[in-house]
Amino acid sequence: MPEIDAAKLKEIYTSMVKIRFFEERAIIEYRKGLPGFIHASIGQEAIPAGVCAFLREDDYTITTHRGHGDIIAKGAQLDRMMAELFAKKTGYCKGKGGSMHIADVDRNILGATGIVGDGIPIAAGVGTALKMQGLDSIMVAFFGDGATNSGAFHEGMGLAAAWYLPVLFVCQNNLYQQSTPTRDYCRLTDIADRAKGYGIPGITVDGNDAIAVAEVAREAIEKCRKGEGPILIVGNTYRTVGHHMGDPGTSYRSKEEVEEWKKKDPIKRLRQQLVQNKMATDAELDEIENNVLRELDEAVKFAQESPEPTPEEALEDIYA
Amino acid sequence: MPQRQISYREAVSEAIKEEMARDDRVFLMGEDVGVLGGAFGSTKGIYDVFGGERVLDTPISETAIVGYALGAAMAGMRPIVEIMRVDWMTICMDEIVNQTAKMRYLSGGHPEVALVIRATAEGGIGLGGQHSQSFEAWFAHVPGLKVVMPSTPYDVKGLLKAAIRDPNPVIFLEPGVLYGVSGPVPEEEYVIPLGEAEVKREGKDVTIVAWGTLLPKTLNAAQTLATDGVEVEVVDPRTLRPLDIATIVDSVKKTGKLIVAHEAMKTCGMGAEIVALVQERAFDHLDAPIQRVATPDVIIPVNRSLERLVLPQEETIVETVRSIV
Repeated sequence: MPEIDAAKLKEIYTSMVKIRFFEERAIIEYRKGLPGFIHASIGQEAIPAGVCAFLREDDYTITTHRGHGDIIAKGAQLDRMMAELFAKKTGYCKGKGGSMHIADVDRNILGATGIVGDGIPIAAGVGTALKMQGLDSIMVAFFGDGATNSGAFHEGMGLAAAWYLPVLFVCQNNLYQQSTPTRDYCRLTDIADRAKGYGIPGITVDGNDAIAVAEVAREAIEKCRKGEGPILIVGNTYRTVGHHMGDPGTSYRSKEEVEEWKKKDPIKRLRQQLVQNKMATDAELDEIENNVLRELDEAVKFAQESPEPTPEEALEDIYA
Repeated sequence: MPQRQISYREAVSEAIKEEMARDDRVFLMGEDVGVLGGAFGSTKGIYDVFGGERVLDTPISETAIVGYALGAAMAGMRPIVEIMRVDWMTICMDEIVNQTAKMRYLSGGHPEVALVIRATAEGGIGLGGQHSQSFEAWFAHVPGLKVVMPSTPYDVKGLLKAAIRDPNPVIFLEPGVLYGVSGPVPEEEYVIPLGEAEVKREGKDVTIVAWGTLLPKTLNAAQTLATDGVEVEVVDPRTLRPLDIATIVDSVKKTGKLIVAHEAMKTCGMGAEIVALVQERAFDHLDAPIQRVATPDVIIPVNRSLERLVLPQEETIVETVRSIV
């Protein structure tokens, strides 16, 4: 039996379904003509859902270009997110940020950086602000395996470690830096070993097992809250879609490899675990899914019906 | 009673101390800013007053320093960052240009991204190619940033206080050669608003817009020219973004002639922007081609004679004025 109770696991399941359905719907809408890039994280949902399930509203997060999942898991509204993908005035960034920059400042979701690795030092800075303000909130930085080779990763981790900051670093290792396999550019077989270089704990977890992620995250978050941060968690996972919508993701990965990972689908896996352990029934989980689908229909409708930003808004929000 | 005289360097440190005392959210960070008091001594004494909690000596990690300050600002703090030399701000240009400058716009109007990034700029002391540059134009090119470059102890104190209180990211450049220069700075508190130029000397024959090391050189040149009967008006923009173009244009309308003088490279320097703005706004008032006094496109040599040769000097300004009046 999992250590995490049924109610929490159903919350995690809901969060994963929201992420999956949001991105599947976004892909459909994108093909109809949304602007910009969409980097989907299909297959990686267990990590943000498992981590964010133990965050409080006053904890902070920051993510990357592949960040829809991290933002949804922290509690952002699907309608305002969808409106941002539609680049509408009602979107989180007033239609001016787009998929790669969604932020919900009221929920301490500080947004996403479209440049790989940049969120890591920013996270350290938030950590220090929390410490200076005497708060017990924590900061979570989500990023991918590609970011772990950036100078920003090294500098940000070094600083956060040296100053004992309440920051949880969560690497979603999907094995590819766009098209280049991680094993081709990193001699370590386990990215979590990089933590040793900063003198902090590095934990590897099966990123497609939501329960395993949740257990590791719960403990790490408690530790960060008690001043035992920073901590690096590496969830090994896979995106079963391409890098972005223009990439089918098949030229650098074999069909067999993709199919193999699809069998490890984290949502199906959690459903099985919940049903087998009698923590939820199929009917209950179906209802969760149907509710999310309804919420998404409404989100798309909201986005479609929302006004475009006015021309003068192009020049607003540059300075306070 | 004669007014108190303090150095540019002391004025910087005084401004930071006053603002840290005034607002708990303000803290100072950078390489060697704490116990040492800054590589150029401009943060001396601050650590003694506020301690290691609010004066953070950082590792040599410019990317992390700026990213970190941005994160702290987004979570409600008001960091003052020192990057030792403007030359090394190239290391953290991504965090400055792509993150800090754009965070508010991209995140749908984040309430405040209030941070100041200070750096020593310009040459003149034989430090060579990687310790003598002046990149104010690079930053003035980026929407979302403000750029300030004060040239007197009075201005640096008042403008730094305004920069710290400003709710936007401010790039604050301090000409290293001026740190030791003293000038009158009152004991009483004052703040100089960002975006206001000052006419440093009135004259009727030619306007020279100058900042940084070129400001004192221009004032000296104006003195020399006055003995020949040429009256130079000297305008110090003090803030380069937003630029107080109105004050410059008013002066040009009065004198009919303009020279822009800066130590940064001539090509694509801030002077080119000012020239363009003036011809858009005061074309009919110009009686001579606008001139630029700037460093030619070279790497700053460490040899003192060569350095003196390439950097604009007082006599360069005098000659340029004589060529158009």
